[in-house]
Formats: sequence, structure tokens, C-alpha cells
Amino acid sequence: MKLRLDQVRLPLGAFTLEIDATFDRLITGVFGPSGAGKTSLLDLIAGLRRPSAGKGQMDDTILFDAGVALHLPPRFRRIGYVPQDLALFPHLNVRANLLYGYRRQFVENHSFTFPHVIDVMEISTLLERSVTSLSGGEQQRVGFARAILSAPRLLLLDEPMSSLDSRLKTRLIPFLHRIRDEFRIPFLYVTHDAGELGALCDEVLVLERGHLVERGPPGKVLSL
Amino acid sequence: MTAEAWQIVFFTIKASALSTLLILPLGIAVAWLLARRDWPGKAFVETAVMLPLFVPPVATGLLLLMLFGRKGPIGSALNGLGLEIVFTWRAVVIACAVMSFPLLVRTAQTAFQEVNRRFEDIARTLGASEWRVFATISLPLAARGVVAGAVLAFARAMGEFGATAVVAGMIPRKTMTISLSIYQHIQLGQDAAAWPLLLVSMAIVFVTVLCGQIISTRKRP
Repeated sequence: MKLRLDQVRLPLGAFTLEIDATFDRLITGVFGPSGAGKTSLLDLIAGLRRPSAGKGQMDDTILFDAGVALHLPPRFRRIGYVPQDLALFPHLNVRANLLYGYRRQFVENHSFTFPHVIDVMEISTLLERSVTSLSGGEQQRVGFARAILSAPRLLLLDEPMSSLDSRLKTRLIPFLHRIRDEFRIPFLYVTHDAGELGALCDEVLVLERGHLVERGPPGKVLSL
Repeated sequence: MTAEAWQIVFFTIKASALSTLLILPLGIAVAWLLARRDWPGKAFVETAVMLPLFVPPVATGLLLLMLFGRKGPIGSALNGLGLEIVFTWRAVVIACAVMSFPLLVRTAQTAFQEVNRRFEDIARTLGASEWRVFATISLPLAARGVVAGAVLAFARAMGEFGATAVVAGMIPRKTMTISLSIYQHIQLGQDAAAWPLLLVSMAIVFVTVLCGQIISTRKRP
């Protein structure tokens, strides 16, 4: 997977998000303080926001090109998005949430199937539950599994651990490793907590007030 | 109550229910368009939808009379299809529909606005088309507000008087509704005869609005 953002501009309230970067590692961490534009960056890649300028391309699919007003709708991008609040559909149970975006034809090509995904994410006993009755960690895993089952070419994770206490955080990390090792889905991991990134990421980018100010291996970037 | 009074009560309920069903699809569509889309003329439509709340009902009735009369632009077309509107039960339904439309739209619009956009956005990233997002996310999550709006519209239709009187007249066994009948009894100095109708209409509207309140405040399971 190679994601190229070419001179992309998106005006936010106090500043403009300006990104010119290529993402081609399996796991890329985007680190930055609150309000640096991290979520806006993910929205842009997912297609939920339109940039005012620039081009975006993933492998050979053009995601957007503001110059010619081209905007591939999110549903055609095959980019999975797990937002900070997870957005599990409250009127559907766990099973219906998981099946909402299930792209069977793609999933089966990938050798991972519905039973396998729920097994790996350890949610097979939760299927008939209401999503509002789940614990924080369970909700998180359902959120991941729902995105994985839509067979994304790239997964966007927005502060996946921000709502969990430190004990639950430790328990979630193995699942992130499983997404990487079992499903081989590249992901972009956004957080304001440097501690979460080191063990997981191949590369870390630092975002401040809409600009990428640094990038490199986690050991080098985060020790500064 | 007399047989005639019961006939009037059932006719009013039927006309109100029919008018509510009639405006439901369009009302939901307009409410969603106002809540979720930007388009040229939106402010104009939003204002126009609200007009029946503020224009004197009798004036709305006159307007309907002009539109749906035999020589009116809509009336003449429908007449060609053999559908007579003015001074028939259809005029009662149309008057109720127009007068209660703002209540449905306003309530449903608020309900759609209160749906967290994030649910709709994430559904799109999961591959859902705009129609599927509406049918499986927006509408179910706004359902209680939409039902509450329909209940209000029904209750409003039950009490409709001014527009109905102008466009449908007060024809016994044909267009006579509870409100019209009460008015007629008073005009004829038969206040006592109006009492049963008054009590029945109050009971129906009370139960309806109460159901609406329960639906709109009930916690999600």
C-alpha cells in the first residue's frame, strides 16, 4: 500500500492543514498534540472532508484531486475508519454492526472470514448483545472488527486507546498486533500519547498546527 | 351520543389519519433535505413550509379553494381525471394535510439534525450508499422524532377548522368534522349538543399527544 498526499490543503479554524507526504509503511503513527489536525487528516483520507487544494492517491486509485474537483466518495475508497468515539450504531446489535460493511467477496479473497475475524478479536460471544451494553474494551474490538470486515486496503485508527484506562490499554495492544500480523492491513494510527506508538509503529510522523514537522523511526523521533 | 355524532367522530379520525399518512413521505423527505443538505432556495422552502402555521387558516382555505376549485390549476387537472376535490371529503383531507405539514416537518427536521453525523460518515466508509445511509442509519435513529411529528400532525388535523370550513364546507355526512359540527351547534344555539363531541375530541387528542410524549421521551432499549 502506498498513499500519496500531494500538496494537500484543508483550512481549519485557526490554521490550515498542509500535507505533502507519502505513507508506505505497514504501520504509520501520527503523533501530535490535541488540535494539531490529526482527525482532520484522517477525515480527508477517508473522504469525509474535501480539501481546498491538492491530490490524493492510494496505489493506483485517485482519491481526490481538488484541481479538477474530483472526489471519490468514501464508499468506493475501501478505507476503514475507526473514529475516536467508535460510532458503533446504537440501534443495531453487535452482529448487525459487524455485518454492516461486510464485503464478503473481498474478505474471502483475503483468506479471512467472518468467523475468523470475530475469533481473532475475541468477540464471538458478544454477537447478540446490544453495543451499548459492552465494556469499553469490547466496544473497541467490535469497532476494529467492523472496519476489518469491510476489507479495507488501509485502516485509520483515531486515538483508539484514549477512552481506556492504562490496564485496558495494555490489553488492547495485542489486538493491534493481530490486525497487523493476521490480516496484514496497513494502518495509520493517530494519537497524542507517544507511549502508545513506540512498540507498534514502523514509522512516526509528528503533526503540529497542521504541518508535519518530523518523521522517522519511532525510537529516533519520540526520544526527542 | 347520537349515530350522527359517532359518524362525525369516525369521519374526523379517518380524515386526520389519511392526511397524516399522505404527508409522511414528503414531510420526511423535506425534513431530511432541510436537516442534511445545502441547496439553493433552502431558506425559501423552509419559510414556505412554515407559512400555514402563521397565515390565518381561513386564508389558507381560500388559497386551497383557488388551487383545487374546478377552474383552479390543480383542481381542473384532477377534475379531468374525474376527481372532485372542493366540498368533498378529499378537501377535508387536503386542508388537514396542509395545515399539519409544518408540525411534521419541523419535528422530523430536528430529529434528523440530532442524529450524530459521525454514524452517517462511518456508514459511508463501510461502503453504504447515500440511500442506504438514510434508510439504515438516519431514519431509524430519527424515528422517534418522526413518529412524534406524525402524532402532532394527526392531533393538529383532528382540530382543523378554518381551512376545512372554506374548502370543504359543512356538509352533513359528507364533510362535517368534529370542529365544524361543534361550531354549527353553537351557531344554532344548541350548546348542549356540542358537549359530547367536545369531550370525545378532547379525549382522542389527549391520548394521541400523550402517546407522542411517551414515544419521544422513552429511553432506547
